[in-house]
Amino acid sequence: MPATLFLPAILAKLADAKQFEVSGDTVGELVSDAATRFPALGTRLRDPNGEPYAFVTFYLNDEDIRFHGGFGAKVSDGDELTVVPAIAGG
Amino acid sequence: MELPTLTHEEILRYSRHLILPDVGVEGQRKLKAARVLLIGAGGLGSPLALYLSAAGVGHIGLVDFDVVDVTNLQRQVLHGTSDVGTPKIASARKRIAEINPHVELTTYETPLNSTNALEIFKDYDIVVDGTDNFPTRYLVNDACVLLGIPNVYGSIYRFEGQASVFATQDGPCYRCLYPEPPPPGLVPSCAEGGVLGVLPGLVGTLQATETIKLILGIGESLAGRLLLIDALGANFRTVKVRKDPNCPVCGTHEITTLIDYEQFCGSPHVGGDPKVSFNVPEITPTDAAARLAKGEIDIVDVREPHELQIAKYPKVTAIPLGQLVDRIAELPLDRDLVLACRSGVRSAKAVQQLQAAGFTRVSNLAGGILRWIDEVDPSQPKY
Repeated sequence: MPATLFLPAILAKLADAKQFEVSGDTVGELVSDAATRFPALGTRLRDPNGEPYAFVTFYLNDEDIRFHGGFGAKVSDGDELTVVPAIAGG
Repeated sequence: MELPTLTHEEILRYSRHLILPDVGVEGQRKLKAARVLLIGAGGLGSPLALYLSAAGVGHIGLVDFDVVDVTNLQRQVLHGTSDVGTPKIASARKRIAEINPHVELTTYETPLNSTNALEIFKDYDIVVDGTDNFPTRYLVNDACVLLGIPNVYGSIYRFEGQASVFATQDGPCYRCLYPEPPPPGLVPSCAEGGVLGVLPGLVGTLQATETIKLILGIGESLAGRLLLIDALGANFRTVKVRKDPNCPVCGTHEITTLIDYEQFCGSPHVGGDPKVSFNVPEITPTDAAARLAKGEIDIVDVREPHELQIAKYPKVTAIPLGQLVDRIAELPLDRDLVLACRSGVRSAKAVQQLQAAGFTRVSNLAGGILRWIDEVDPSQPKY
């Protein structure tokens, strides 16, 4: 399934784009697709075990994937996956 | 509790609120009765303090132990040029009194910590988080959950921001969104990464708006939603924040007292620009300059290209920290290398990376270009 990955500026520099198309049937596969193409981005999206970090939240459309099966969450055609890492500036 | 009355002067001052159907005299009296605690008088705290005092919030508490620095003035509009070098609490008091003498201000010139947070928070209806570091954000969150006080959250980085309302009755908390902090050093602070000056203005005024909505009981709160602000794309969007039944503080209630947040965040120091001890070999700028003149060392500058245009080291190899591992082959193993950056934090990480790659003759330039300018080359500007 094609989907669009949206990155915040802090991660966009690792892919040279704020948004791009990724493909997969689950969120984990979308992340794998992005990680394969941009290895430096990959290590910021998932830990060495391939799991999401506790300080990087993934939204499939408007829903936090943590409550929808994590990286196993199913993707539909045209979904939007938004990465929202913790920031602390004030 | 009966709401306080408004004087004739207050009725005139707040007339544009009083004629708003959703505020009115009763709403203004709620604002006058409200007690709001602001954590931080910096980028977010500035618009918060200005607008909440102008709006007539009757009692404002302000926690900050910092001193006004000239680099703050690009965004911290609560403070002025003549305030540089004085406590932020003092310039905040002066400015708030000028905006609205009816505001009762209580200041806490102390670092917020697990020992004092509950004692300070307990006197307030709403806490607004305008801090600049993860340990204090988790501390503010947990204290708010434990006391049942809403936490109006905002945070910023470069051109992007986040805002939400946590710890309302039945609402999610900060830990539901981010169960654990990133490891220290992964997310740069504003001091390291920069921030657009108006961004805290945008996010802080959103926090002020949420605070006033909570006090008045009007509108749709950001509780349960996270507002994502992208200043460059001019995009605002909200996503859902769900209450996590496994959250140790608001879900399972495993956490019943405040913990050690420095340890929780793995950080040795609270603050925007931590003087982190990385335990790597160091050299002072004075010694480095002497050895450089004799050709005994090479300086490797790990700052970003746009920083090199502001202030320079003489005769350097320039490799941004993010590229160091990929470009490691460009560095000689048989020379004494001195890694350098702005303040000495990034270069300490660079030393660790090179050590991990087998380099033994590497050291960190203590204090970076800021100290280099003090000790060696005062002709250059600091940033």
